[in-house]
Amino acid sequence: MRVTFTVNGDPVTAEDTWPGESLLYVLRERLGLPGSKNACEQGECGSCTVYLDGVTACSCMVAAGQCQGREVRTVEGLTGDQETGAERRLGTVQEAFAEAGAVQCGFCTPGLLVQADDLISRTVGAGQAAPDDPEIREALAGNLCRCTGYEKIIDAVRLAAQREQVLANATGGADSEPDKGGERE
Amino acid sequence: MEFLSPGTLEEALAAKSAHPEAVPIMGGTDVMVELNFDLHRPSALLDLSRVSELAECGTDGPHVRLGAGASYTSVIERLGGRAPALAQAARTVASPQIRNRGTVGGNLGGASPAGDAHPPLLATGAVIELASERGVRRVAAREFYFGPRRTARQDDELITAVLLPEPAGPQHFSKIGTRNAMVIAVASFCLAFDAAIRTVGTGIGSAGPTPLRAAEAEEFLAAELDWEGRRPLSGAAVRRFGELVASAAQPIDDVRGSAGYRRHALAVMARRTLGWAMAEYQKGETRCA
Ligand SMILES: Cc1cc2nc3c(=O)[nH]c(=O)nc-3n(C[C@H](O)[C@H](O)[C@H](O)COP(=O)(O)OP(=O)(O)OC[C@H]3O[C@@H](n4cnc5c(N)ncnc54)[C@H](O)[C@@H]3O)c2cc1C
Ligand code: FES
Ligand code: FES
Repeated sequence: MRVTFTVNGDPVTAEDTWPGESLLYVLRERLGLPGSKNACEQGECGSCTVYLDGVTACSCMVAAGQCQGREVRTVEGLTGDQETGAERRLGTVQEAFAEAGAVQCGFCTPGLLVQADDLISRTVGAGQAAPDDPEIREALAGNLCRCTGYEKIIDAVRLAAQREQVLANATGGADSEPDKGGERE
Repeated sequence: MEFLSPGTLEEALAAKSAHPEAVPIMGGTDVMVELNFDLHRPSALLDLSRVSELAECGTDGPHVRLGAGASYTSVIERLGGRAPALAQAARTVASPQIRNRGTVGGNLGGASPAGDAHPPLLATGAVIELASERGVRRVAAREFYFGPRRTARQDDELITAVLLPEPAGPQHFSKIGTRNAMVIAVASFCLAFDAAIRTVGTGIGSAGPTPLRAAEAEEFLAAELDWEGRRPLSGAAVRRFGELVASAAQPIDDVRGSAGYRRHALAVMARRTLGWAMAEYQKGETRCA
């Protein structure tokens, strides 16, 4: 079947999909977006996490046919300044992961980035306090990392949240912050 | 494989009746595991994620009416006060990403004895609404589970909602697993007091071919409880309650735990949830909406 939806703001069409194949397969194998990783295909590892209509989901657990007309945002869509066509700048969460040394082999990173981005937009981005450590751990409980031991990942999320907080304070409100994606309600 | 994508409940029921063999898919967190690993190749998938009626949550007489397609995340966000045990159970399901997609209706559709929604539905006397082109009927959760993955649902029926009584006393859920997140219960237990009619409800998960009740334990505790004076229970009564819960289970040995461990864990969870419930009851809280 043919499935049409948007990915990172652009309309896309995947032809000849088997309706039971996963969104993860469609993104990686049909649309050339290999950012989302395939590690378990059973919802256990979180490395395939994307936004689906503004809510994070394991893309391996979504059937291609269920995506018709939906909005998907992948790790590729977390980079800043895309609309200006300028040099690709990393988003706040991505930069923080690089700086904090939260990436080793990198396989888990795309899922963690999307899930961390969601946490920060639901807290700081919604005008609330930066998430504390238990909140960060809870938000990332479905993302497995076999390399880092998680400490640096938590450091990175803390750093990203602080930076977003500073930005939000400077611009006088979360809503004017351009690099956020998890509109939930 | 056909992919049926109804936009309304009426269309969904028509599709299910025309294709009784079609496999419903809501959040997909059970169905997609089977498809990804080629465990099952259905001739048709019936996508219910666009049927907005199924995602609704409202009030129906004395009940909270939770649409079968409401995610665990929305149960946690919206029903903490009105269905505390179910909300507690929802918080223990998998991970945020899975809770964003997974639904109570899907848990009932799969009817795995390990499903976390079942013990609260049993303990609180919830009712399950089933619909087909032939009409709508309501089945008590206590009469819904027939056997391993077999339920009262007929092939042409869809689960449309769960009706949850307003809480009339403390409700507590407990679950044993190897870590806090992403864990299928080794065993789980739910206890609910109904102080209005002076009964106790229980639900046991992951320790039998279906989710179970501990009927004898329920009767024992309802008789033992000082409903009016709210005096503490004797240590012997608490222990007896734990034993009766454990003896109601029909556990097996499997990779997640032995039958003996499951019984032991159930006795512990029964005593613990009873402790939490008594503490709350003695404070006079009923946690109404
Ligand atoms: C990584 C991971 C962790 C998990 N952890 C837990 C856990 O901790 N606790 C737990 O209880 N479960 C857990 N699960 C299982 C799953 O998330 C739950 O069973 C969930 O409730 C399924 O809901 P769904 O909407 O995703 O169902 P789906 O996968 O869409 O459907 C599940 C079943 O129900 C049927 N069905 C769906 N909707 C209907 C309907 N309206 N009428 C009739 N039949 C229907 C389907 O045909 C299928 O058989 C986990 C799954 C994964 C992948
Ligand atoms: S690949 Fe989707 S959760 Fe692991
Ligand atoms: S960095 Fe290797 S799995 Fe996380």
